Amino acid sequence: MRFDKLLRPTPRGLYCPPGDFHIDPVMPVARALITHGHADHARAGHGEIWATRQTLDIMAIRYGADHCHVAHVADLRETFKVNGVTVGFWPAGHVLGSAQILVEYSGCRIVASGDYKRRRDPSCEPFEPVACDVFITEATFALPVFRHPDTQGEIDKLLTSVRHFPERAHLVGVYALGKAQRVIRHLREAGYAEPIYIHGSLARLCDYYESQGYPLGPLLPATLDKGKKGDFAGAIVLGPPSALNDKWARRFPDPISCFASGWMQVRQRAKQRSVELPLILSDHCDWDELIDTISELSPKEIWVTHGRDDALVRWCELNGLKARPLHLVGYEEDAE
Amino acid sequence: MKPFATLLDRLVLTPSRNAKLRLLVDYFEQVPDPDRGYGLAAITRDLDIVSVKPAMLRNLVHERMDEVLFKLSYDYVGDLAETIALVWDNDVTVTSTKDADSSPRDHNGAPLLLSEVVERLQRMGKSEALKQVSSWLDQLDASGRYALLKLITGGMRIGVTARLAKQALALFGQRHIDVDIVEIEELWHGLEIPYTDLFAWLEGDAQKPVQRAAAPFRPVMLANPLADGDMRKLDPSDYAAEWKWDGIRVQATCEAGTRRLYSRTGDDIGRSFPDLLEHMNFEGALDGELLVGRPGDKGIDIGSFSDLQQRLNRKTVSKKLLASHPVIVRVYDLLAEGETNLREADFCQRREALERFVPSLEPTRFDLSPLVDFESWDELASARENVPHPIIEGVMIKQWNSSYVPGRPKGPWFKWKKDPMLIDAVLMYAQRGHGKRSSFYSDYTFGVWTGEGSLVPVGKAYFGFTDDELKQIDKFVRDNTVERFGPVRSVRASKDFGLVLEIAFEGIQRSSRHKSGVAMRFPRISKLRWDKPPAEADTIETVEALLDPA
Repeated sequence: MRFDKLLRPTPRGLYCPPGDFHIDPVMPVARALITHGHADHARAGHGEIWATRQTLDIMAIRYGADHCHVAHVADLRETFKVNGVTVGFWPAGHVLGSAQILVEYSGCRIVASGDYKRRRDPSCEPFEPVACDVFITEATFALPVFRHPDTQGEIDKLLTSVRHFPERAHLVGVYALGKAQRVIRHLREAGYAEPIYIHGSLARLCDYYESQGYPLGPLLPATLDKGKKGDFAGAIVLGPPSALNDKWARRFPDPISCFASGWMQVRQRAKQRSVELPLILSDHCDWDELIDTISELSPKEIWVTHGRDDALVRWCELNGLKARPLHLVGYEEDAE
Repeated sequence: MKPFATLLDRLVLTPSRNAKLRLLVDYFEQVPDPDRGYGLAAITRDLDIVSVKPAMLRNLVHERMDEVLFKLSYDYVGDLAETIALVWDNDVTVTSTKDADSSPRDHNGAPLLLSEVVERLQRMGKSEALKQVSSWLDQLDASGRYALLKLITGGMRIGVTARLAKQALALFGQRHIDVDIVEIEELWHGLEIPYTDLFAWLEGDAQKPVQRAAAPFRPVMLANPLADGDMRKLDPSDYAAEWKWDGIRVQATCEAGTRRLYSRTGDDIGRSFPDLLEHMNFEGALDGELLVGRPGDKGIDIGSFSDLQQRLNRKTVSKKLLASHPVIVRVYDLLAEGETNLREADFCQRREALERFVPSLEPTRFDLSPLVDFESWDELASARENVPHPIIEGVMIKQWNSSYVPGRPKGPWFKWKKDPMLIDAVLMYAQRGHGKRSSFYSDYTFGVWTGEGSLVPVGKAYFGFTDDELKQIDKFVRDNTVERFGPVRSVRASKDFGLVLEIAFEGIQRSSRHKSGVAMRFPRISKLRWDKPPAEADTIETVEALLDPA
């Protein structure tokens, strides 16, 4: 069987004709398999969905319990059938609940990895390699310029700055699902025991992580309207990136704008966003992790989804691997 | 190397001028000679490493990695030094960057110093230097590689001008001695990298370095704006007046074969003006206005400021541009004649000397700024209202018995600009500001009405309002956003709803680059007209009527 008879790109997302289901569809469909809870992968309005328990919980938190008609829990590392096609979910190491999806039929094995990373993350299960014929990889940071430094060093950078500027607040831009809790967990591991202030939009997901056995230590709302500016002196405050340069930020004393993202590797990019303290911390693979993963799995074919697919496809060609870009639309390339 | 790399990393992301100054002062304080001097020279762009060129670096990378992958990376990053710093594959050491022992060392085992890097590269031939760079790149971390490559490629993009660096030197010096930036500017072109004598003086350990440069920069004298009521206290017969020309203030200095053209901040800008340098065959120092000036029937025909802009900040100038946009200096003052320093002399004596001096100069390149005759302030006021040339922005008032004092002393010189032009325009778009203003919509695009009754943007302004007014406009923008494009918001603006801004500006010219066909010079917001209905704002016809005569 040809691989693209089993899975192929469509305007709605990856589609499996024999199983009649989509993976991470960008528009409402009858049957959807969801890799993880980020909004561009997990959308509301599908008929039946399959996802890990945690991804389903996250979708319910974000969209309400009735975001689909029927939700099936996919247990990790167990296969089951959807319309006669074998599928299974394995941890992807991206955010809590994130999974790679194995699709197997007539002896062909394809792994759609969704978004994934390889380095240690104390807020989710690590990536597990799954043998396959076709590996579908993301390419968010697929350029040789992206080499994420050691995580601990980045967390130290933040803590050092907090010590240097005790009169200022450190505003850290983080996405609400994954990055926020990961930064908090790293800070706690580094011994930071002070309360961490969070923007209101992070609260429910932080509570959820706690309930799943990922303690985050003391968290306080950063939305005390009656508070004076001085209240946040020396504090670490987490908020969504969009709030960093908005009215919300004005309540803090002489804030230092920090942003935890893989994009922060490029100086002018940090400068454009008026970031003073860039923290190079990503939920995606950097260049080395991408090519190491491909080498490790050594599949017959590599399919490249969203991001800088041209560079990754080029690297595969140079290394004698068969690769092709899928040109899927609807996934955010810059959000992280 | 590490302190310099850290300094660059910090400066690029520090928007505030004061914070930049603090970082620089700390660097001078903490880093010993000669490293701090080389760092300073790199930042002021006085350091030139000739043994390695950017093209050679490119080839070096291509030997190690696929050209297509490099090109994709470079396209994304947009800066050669940063791209190479990031893609450089040093797998051997990258895993142990946290280990202090992995930082590069010289052959004696000490950490690599900036001075070692600069001095070695300056001693080496091309191929040897490139090999050395390659080996350092292998040993340095990404931030160190970036600093090394920036040393070679120049163009730091850290938002620090040479002037700001000198300001930092003055602040650093003030911790130890009494010193003013003017003294540093005056010495600058005679100093040698790595400036050990300068630092010794600033730290109070040595005498002020002796001025050694031929044709040194002489810090310029600046005027204060004339304030309300100033005039009543002044006797018109104590003052001379001359036109204030709208070019850039320069100092043309020749001494024993050295010819230099300085900007008012002491940057040597001669390279952009070979046509002028060629005719600087005098001995002395002139203060004047650089203008585009074409030979015409009735003497020199002065070009507009935008003509002059064509000639500014160019490394090379084409023959065509030299012919179409020749520059002249309209001379205001004589600071030195031969070896005689005239700065101590009164303006009246300097002017006499100047009038004797100018006729000896090449007449198509240098001419005398004429004095404006007046008996009373009223007479001068009317001259200021009826200037004989569009490129005049007002009058300068100079006390006859004032010496030439660097800086902006209060009293001897005043500038009295023409009243700005004013229009009422409607706010159309607002964009977020930077730094302290990043949470405010503080950059405004405004428009006027066309014949068809729609708004056409005519300019942008981002100052002229108070902090309170900024808050009010910000609220207006947020409450009346129609559309968003990234950091820009389009604001409700129709005949019966919108915010009218009174815009002040210094002149307006035809421009093919703008949709409206006009470009304003120095526009700023002079008043918020909450009271004025947008329908009563100006039209493009009234704006066009203000165009400078071509």
